[in-house]
Amino acid sequence: MWKFILRRILGMIPQLFVLSILVFMMAKAMPGDALTGRQMDPKADPERIAEQRVQMGLNDPVHVQYIRWIKNIAHGDWGVSYTHKTRVTEVIGDRIWNTVYLAFGTLLITYLLAIPLGIISGRWNDSWMDKAITGYNYLGYATPVFIFALLMLFLFSFTFALFPAGGSVDPYIEPGTFSYVLNKINHLVLPVMSGALVATVTTVQYLKNEIIDTKTRDFIRTARSKGIPDSKVYSGHILRNAFLPIAAFLGYEITGLVGGSVFIESIYSYPGIGQLFVTSVMLRDFSVVTALVMMTSFATLLGTLLSDIILSAVDPRIRIE
Amino acid sequence: MDNVSFTVNENEIVAVVGESGCGKSALALSIMQLHNKQRTKIEGAIRYRDSDLVALNEAQMNKLRGKDLGMIFQESLTALNPLMTVGRQIEENLDYHTDLTKKAKKARTMELLAKVGIPLPEFTYKQYPHELSGGMRQRSMISMAIACNPSVIIADEPTTALDVTIQAQILDLLKSIQKKTHMGIILITHDLGVVAEIADRIVVMYAGQVVEMGTVLRIFKNPRHPYTRSLMNSIPSAATGQDRLHVIEGAVPSITRMPRQGCRFKDRISWIPDNTHENSPELHEVASDHWVRCSCYKHFYFQGRKEKR
Repeated sequence: MWKFILRRILGMIPQLFVLSILVFMMAKAMPGDALTGRQMDPKADPERIAEQRVQMGLNDPVHVQYIRWIKNIAHGDWGVSYTHKTRVTEVIGDRIWNTVYLAFGTLLITYLLAIPLGIISGRWNDSWMDKAITGYNYLGYATPVFIFALLMLFLFSFTFALFPAGGSVDPYIEPGTFSYVLNKINHLVLPVMSGALVATVTTVQYLKNEIIDTKTRDFIRTARSKGIPDSKVYSGHILRNAFLPIAAFLGYEITGLVGGSVFIESIYSYPGIGQLFVTSVMLRDFSVVTALVMMTSFATLLGTLLSDIILSAVDPRIRIE
Repeated sequence: MDNVSFTVNENEIVAVVGESGCGKSALALSIMQLHNKQRTKIEGAIRYRDSDLVALNEAQMNKLRGKDLGMIFQESLTALNPLMTVGRQIEENLDYHTDLTKKAKKARTMELLAKVGIPLPEFTYKQYPHELSGGMRQRSMISMAIACNPSVIIADEPTTALDVTIQAQILDLLKSIQKKTHMGIILITHDLGVVAEIADRIVVMYAGQVVEMGTVLRIFKNPRHPYTRSLMNSIPSAATGQDRLHVIEGAVPSITRMPRQGCRFKDRISWIPDNTHENSPELHEVASDHWVRCSCYKHFYFQGRKEKR
């Protein structure tokens, strides 16, 4: 088991290396650079800008720039953000926790809603309850998250003024106090609910289909032939089998945990990774963009590994040696 | 299924035979009351001792299932829960029908595993179904069915998914368990070899009806119904040295095309004149404990041979 995990992690190194080349080339292929915007500024001296380009090494051949970049990364130096004027690690570090809270909250609410709904829908298939849940599912599938988030913002923040419209915390609140935590949670409610209510439908549909599928399997008939009452057949046999694929999927959620949600974070001006990514792309802040892509890619690789580990833990047919 | 009626006595193996789609498995599931209740309608009665299984509710039925009535399924890989150890799955039966302590249940499970010929019960107890061979799985399934010493076992094609040598072992096992416990077995199969080996009585089913019924000896020696005779004739034999196997013309009609009137086998023996069939075929007792449906058996002969009986 440990050997397997170690081997998989070592295997990630060449993957990340190839990825770093691709990411760097693609970032460089974007038109313009961090100084392009400054050229429009009538007060900026064009010669000074050209000088700065040379200074930052932006005129060097791409491979020279890449080697410099990767060397620095190997030393733990992700460079300096041009727009934020601070180290990239600091820029990301400021926002990553906000994204983790948001993603974790969304995940929690999603599963809290989806699991009971999915079980009801699958167990009492074709009942009025199932029909109501399926109706919600269709609605959820048809609703783009950015429209829904805007609607929530309009209703609960603008019209009824129940929750703040943006940000992750109000200014002038002492960090670490109880009211600070409450304030943070208050800011999280709308973004979390907007994400969760839409994300729930996929999991509900998935779980429902799994339960309906498992219900008709031969071993369920065997269980019933032993005289096990219906509710125990569900709790002991059907649900565990139906949860397998969902448990396996949990590993992939780690990507969202650090990657953030571009739409939700932008709409609620929530200072997280998703929002940082969009603004960095707009401003051609290469060092931030490349660092973010590398980070989410690493998280994805870790996520697949985690999924494999979870699956082997819950399914005896899958054993990793 | 129409008008299926037969009795299983203590210490008796009744074989239900017929092609696929004749309603054998539907019969087995309806005895256990495991059929899809929304899509089926049952008329009549299924009597077990003093109770009518059709009239029982779910809770009452659950008390009988697994305790008095055991069932062995065909495909042991899909019929066992892949996420539960074999031991747990056997023990589960004891959970609902006995009030043994945890320790006693485990001991009983070991005893059952040993009884069905599993060499290392302590080891197999902790194994998952996919880790066992087909034969071992089928043995575990049998031990599950006999866990509470049921008086009736329904075995739905218990040997079909196994290879021939294992088939013989499983049949021997069933027979030896039956000898010790005196239970009645309903053995559902399409393998006449199996029937000849262990059954006491045969119920031949065709298209949801019983077409012939009687003791093994009588039916093998003197099959009457055209369907039974065709089935027997389809058994490959080393003695006659024929090149081609006998094949029954056509196929079992699907439920939607099932003839509601007249002899259901009529279309597959089209060379027999129509007027030899009954309009609404009944079971006739042709000898003591030997029943045949429809009158066409009196005029049946195999095509090509032109011999008349």
